[in-house]
Amino acid sequence: MNNSEKETLLSIKNLEITFGSGKSEFVAVQDVNFDIHKGEIFSLVGESGSGKTTIGRAILGINPTSNGQIIFDGKQINGKISKKEKYEIERKIQMIFQDPSASLNERATVDYIISEGLYNYNLAKDEDERVAKVQEMLENVGLLPEQLYRYPHEFSGGQRQRIGIARALIMNPKLVVADEPISALDMSIRAQILNLLKKFRKEQGVTFLFIAHDLSVVRYISDRIAVIRAGRILELAETEELFNHPIHPYTKSLLSAIPIPDPLIAKQRKNFVYDPNMHDYSTEGPTFKEILPGHFVYCNEDEAEKYKAELQ
Amino acid sequence: MAQEENILEVRNLNVSFRVRGSEIEAIHDISLDLKKHETLAIVGESGSGKSVLIKTFTGMLEQNGRISHGTVSYKNQRLNELKTNKQWDKIRGKEIATIFQDPMTSLDPIHTIGSQISEVIIKHQGKSKKEAKKLAIELMERTGIPNAAQRYNEYPFEYSGGMRQRIVIAIALACRPEILVCDEPTTALDVTIQAQILDLIKELQQEYHFTIIFITHDLGVVASIADRIAVMYSGKIVEIGTSEEIFYDSRHPYTWSLLSSLPQLAKKGEELKSIPGTPPSLYKKIVGDAFAPRNSYAMSVDFKADPPMFKVTDTHYAKTWLLDQRAPQVEKPEQILNLHQHMLEMSADDFTKEETV
Repeated sequence: MNNSEKETLLSIKNLEITFGSGKSEFVAVQDVNFDIHKGEIFSLVGESGSGKTTIGRAILGINPTSNGQIIFDGKQINGKISKKEKYEIERKIQMIFQDPSASLNERATVDYIISEGLYNYNLAKDEDERVAKVQEMLENVGLLPEQLYRYPHEFSGGQRQRIGIARALIMNPKLVVADEPISALDMSIRAQILNLLKKFRKEQGVTFLFIAHDLSVVRYISDRIAVIRAGRILELAETEELFNHPIHPYTKSLLSAIPIPDPLIAKQRKNFVYDPNMHDYSTEGPTFKEILPGHFVYCNEDEAEKYKAELQ
Repeated sequence: MAQEENILEVRNLNVSFRVRGSEIEAIHDISLDLKKHETLAIVGESGSGKSVLIKTFTGMLEQNGRISHGTVSYKNQRLNELKTNKQWDKIRGKEIATIFQDPMTSLDPIHTIGSQISEVIIKHQGKSKKEAKKLAIELMERTGIPNAAQRYNEYPFEYSGGMRQRIVIAIALACRPEILVCDEPTTALDVTIQAQILDLIKELQQEYHFTIIFITHDLGVVASIADRIAVMYSGKIVEIGTSEEIFYDSRHPYTWSLLSSLPQLAKKGEELKSIPGTPPSLYKKIVGDAFAPRNSYAMSVDFKADPPMFKVTDTHYAKTWLLDQRAPQVEKPEQILNLHQHMLEMSADDFTKEETV
């Protein structure tokens, strides 16, 4: 795959997000740069508190940014934008949330939850078209027509997540931010939801920003992966490249934490814990460097030499 | 593993709940032995009854639930006959302690971490306040809390999720229980923290010699920790065996689908195996095998009669008609056919890379 041939849908440049001010100022995200190409599934992987959700929310305009740019479809969408632009962007970028029970209106029927966006944006010419659209989406996410007039509490976690997906995708978005959409689900249901997201990518060309903490899940679904820790992206590469040549020690520690479904191997394996103090940045500070084509690592010159030597 | 005596025996257990005037059965005819010092994993989806099962060991069934049939015996004591909280106090925490999924809700937000650990030591071991504090700090150090003496006086909100779970483990260990029940202890945690907590539980078992019941919905997690695995579906144990038997030679189609839906085993570019549908509702009466509607290997007999437990080896049993003599030979899903070989090849890459570091 050649990146230059791909059209960039979302571009994040030197993004910084801070919370609070003065003494209590906290920099949650800094120096974040990445591009998401049209039609790809880009994953942001990190532990709780790494800032991955904050970035996702910033893209949707929920969290204000303090520095840098978020460029969507050629236009800057962070900072001051007109109401009209915001209205348009809110349709084009949709979100799927982690907790499917907290993110659905308990007092609304599935029919209303899925149609709400259509009403707000007048996307259906008349009632017939709305019904047809909802029916089609319902079928697409694997729910039954008779479930249309039920309430969220009548569904299981996996089904609720399907409702959340239907509600986001009926808007015909260009980008979907999926924030840990399967973390709250059972293992057997996770596969169903992942396959569903892949189906939408394949059939409708939807671009996804997939946020997760588990690399094993992400390997299956993503084209490229960025590993984030403490508000900084430490490594970014194509999926198989990242799994075959993990470079940053933090990425290695994440990989070593993936449970191995094999008792003989799993019982022997040592868990590798990352120590952020292992780097010597006293003489030269780290920057985001391209070690291999398309494979970026946050390191300084010395480390870059070392990493390159290891790959030989 | 050497032949150990049974520390806990469950015989023909049925648990039912009274909901809106009708009785629904959450656990159906479960028999299970827990051997001393072993780690038994119970794996199943939400609603399979795994949490209900372990609640009967500590008398923590919800008010509308009851053991309708069968026995639970701990060291020759009939737990199903205990009624009052006073009777249970001798067992709960002291002999059988539980670690829950969400470490935030199992800690009291308005008391310091330290006081919550020493409270248990004072109550169960009859120590003085001063001694209890010393023991509590020791336990905190043992469970991997840095600066334990300082953090003794902090509140739960000042701890991260992983640290809180370490505290919950410390509290459980404070009573020196014989059995440690871990109810999805790592589900709410990050993968890296999950790996650390699993390591910690294993280490502590070596040191304190307790028996573990480990409950999870993720078969991948238990490979590193379990000696034996019981797979539950719809209130029944459908397969039980040693860890090796379940991973390398499972016989039940449900176990096959659980294994093959693991993303670790997925091949790039292929559809991830998923189990179609959802687990059956407890409100409906099930005829035949409860898994049949989701089972691609189902035969017509599966919709008519519930299969018995078939014996595979002395330690391995599975509840599927496929083991009946009359059943046709079927092939396991290809993802898990040569699971060990496959995983060896995958991890072989990792090993060659590690050496170069």
